[in-house]
Amino acid sequence: MIRSETLAGRIVKFGGLGLCLLVTVFPLYWILVTSFKDPGTIFAYPLRYWPETWSLENYRGLFDQSNFGVFIGNSLIVSTVAAALATVVSLLSAYVLARFEFVSKGAVMGAFLVTQMIPGFIALGSLYILMTRLYLVDNRWGLVLVYVAMSIPLCTVMLRGFFENVPASLEEAAMVDGCSRLSALFRVLVPVMTPGIAASYIFNFVNCWNELFLSVTLLNSDSNKTIPAALNGFISSYNIDWGSMSAAAALSIVPTMILFAVASRYIVEGLTAGAVKE
Amino acid sequence: MSLTTTDRARSAPAGAGNRPRPAGRRRFTARTALVLFAFMVPALVFVGMFTYYPLLSGIQMAFRNYNLNDLSDTSWVGLDNFRALLDDEMFRGTVKNSVVWVVGSLVPQFLIGFTMAMWLRRRFRFRGVYQALVFFPWAVSGFLIGILFRWMFNGEFGVVNDLLMKSHLIDTPVPWLADARYAMFSVIVANVWYGVTFFAIMILAALQGVPEELYESAAIDGAGKVRTLFSITIPSIRTTLALTVLLRVIWIFNSPELIFGMTGGGPANETHIVTSHMIQVTQEGDYGRASAMGVMVVFVLMLFAVFYLLAIRPRKGLA
Repeated sequence: MIRSETLAGRIVKFGGLGLCLLVTVFPLYWILVTSFKDPGTIFAYPLRYWPETWSLENYRGLFDQSNFGVFIGNSLIVSTVAAALATVVSLLSAYVLARFEFVSKGAVMGAFLVTQMIPGFIALGSLYILMTRLYLVDNRWGLVLVYVAMSIPLCTVMLRGFFENVPASLEEAAMVDGCSRLSALFRVLVPVMTPGIAASYIFNFVNCWNELFLSVTLLNSDSNKTIPAALNGFISSYNIDWGSMSAAAALSIVPTMILFAVASRYIVEGLTAGAVKE
Repeated sequence: MSLTTTDRARSAPAGAGNRPRPAGRRRFTARTALVLFAFMVPALVFVGMFTYYPLLSGIQMAFRNYNLNDLSDTSWVGLDNFRALLDDEMFRGTVKNSVVWVVGSLVPQFLIGFTMAMWLRRRFRFRGVYQALVFFPWAVSGFLIGILFRWMFNGEFGVVNDLLMKSHLIDTPVPWLADARYAMFSVIVANVWYGVTFFAIMILAALQGVPEELYESAAIDGAGKVRTLFSITIPSIRTTLALTVLLRVIWIFNSPELIFGMTGGGPANETHIVTSHMIQVTQEGDYGRASAMGVMVVFVLMLFAVFYLLAIRPRKGLA
């Protein structure tokens, strides 16, 4: 390194980075602290930045007053299944798009990329009518199908990048040995690409877990609602109970954060590589 | 999308039966083609059925009188839905709000994100940990971010007021989300917070692709910091910067989740942008009107993208 940083430069840099970290982490800290406060002390002056007593009362209240356990279960089922289906379907399409040249390839990639520019909720009305005709309104499996479709394009682009890092000779060798293309894909390529596939799965999972408008529109009954759909009901009420609200928010944020932290390196790699290529 | 043209250009002289075969790729038989087609089918069916079909049928709905509350008359009405929108004071308000929302969010996001990426460019101890911590908003939905900030900007018990009063920047609590004067500002603050990391990640990835020798030769030539920034750094990552900005404009415009979580469009529709208003209209059941808004959104964004890409395209021969 030729040009070394001056002391002043370093102070500015690390001071700035420290400030960014503080500002970024604070909202999360604040919702967690609020959720663990005693319900009576949330609305008391002066505000406490560190709770006097830690309490699980807000969480207890949340589960007592609402079906939050059911909502968590629904979110888990819908996101787990939709992410898995989307990953498998995208594996197949990404494989084809990574390995072969064909005339309509550009059109297919274009059709996938356009869906990333147009938000999923832009045709909310006609989607609702379609789902009514299919008898899939207020049905968790109906939402799963929609989420699979929502996840496929970006997942395909990510997986395509990971496929391109694996030499084609690998599956060719397996096919010479008598494997079918499908079994070569799942027995030879998939094991090599595990980190990338896991990252794509997590990315899909987090997106489904977080999705709001489709779930609000397509699910009505409490027994089917996912967490975002339920939260939307909570905040629509005139008086928000911030005690149980903060507990609900914390419960819905923490799992995705852990998953994302595990996979963030690969997700960033997949997304930025895809972006640079296209 | 330029792929399409190059593919066609290459295959055209070769004739219909001959597929383009770049070096190193195999030629494939009809049987293989069938297998590959079968591999593509599930993805195409899903996307076709649940993404493209609603999209296309939404377009025709924009030209009909289609209201869930009264489906006795769903006749074609031509451009009536569009005309009604343009005459609507509230819709015009949401257009104005959208512009404020996009520009107000984008510019600070870009500047802060760029600065962060420059700071993170060089390796330092715990940089990996730092990145993981700072990039966590990515895992959280805009809706939940909106809820977190709704709580922090609470007029009575919000931590923002508390901090500002402790540092003597304000004397009395500000009703951030209840007062029309501050609501939009507050929502934008939350959105800036949410989007900075995206810029930081994209720009950092691009910066790491700039060869170190460029910086070294600039240093040998005696270029200062500012000079290096404008003559080396920015030109090297120009394409990424331009495309990231385009993506962000479209995404910010299309991301009403945060607004739903934070204000629900209030007070008095002051924070409604076009897309959040569109969802509200859909929920009220007026699908014809909502579809017309959807068509306008996509049309305007596509126009914007085309002009933007034309404006930033590299001009050959000038450099």
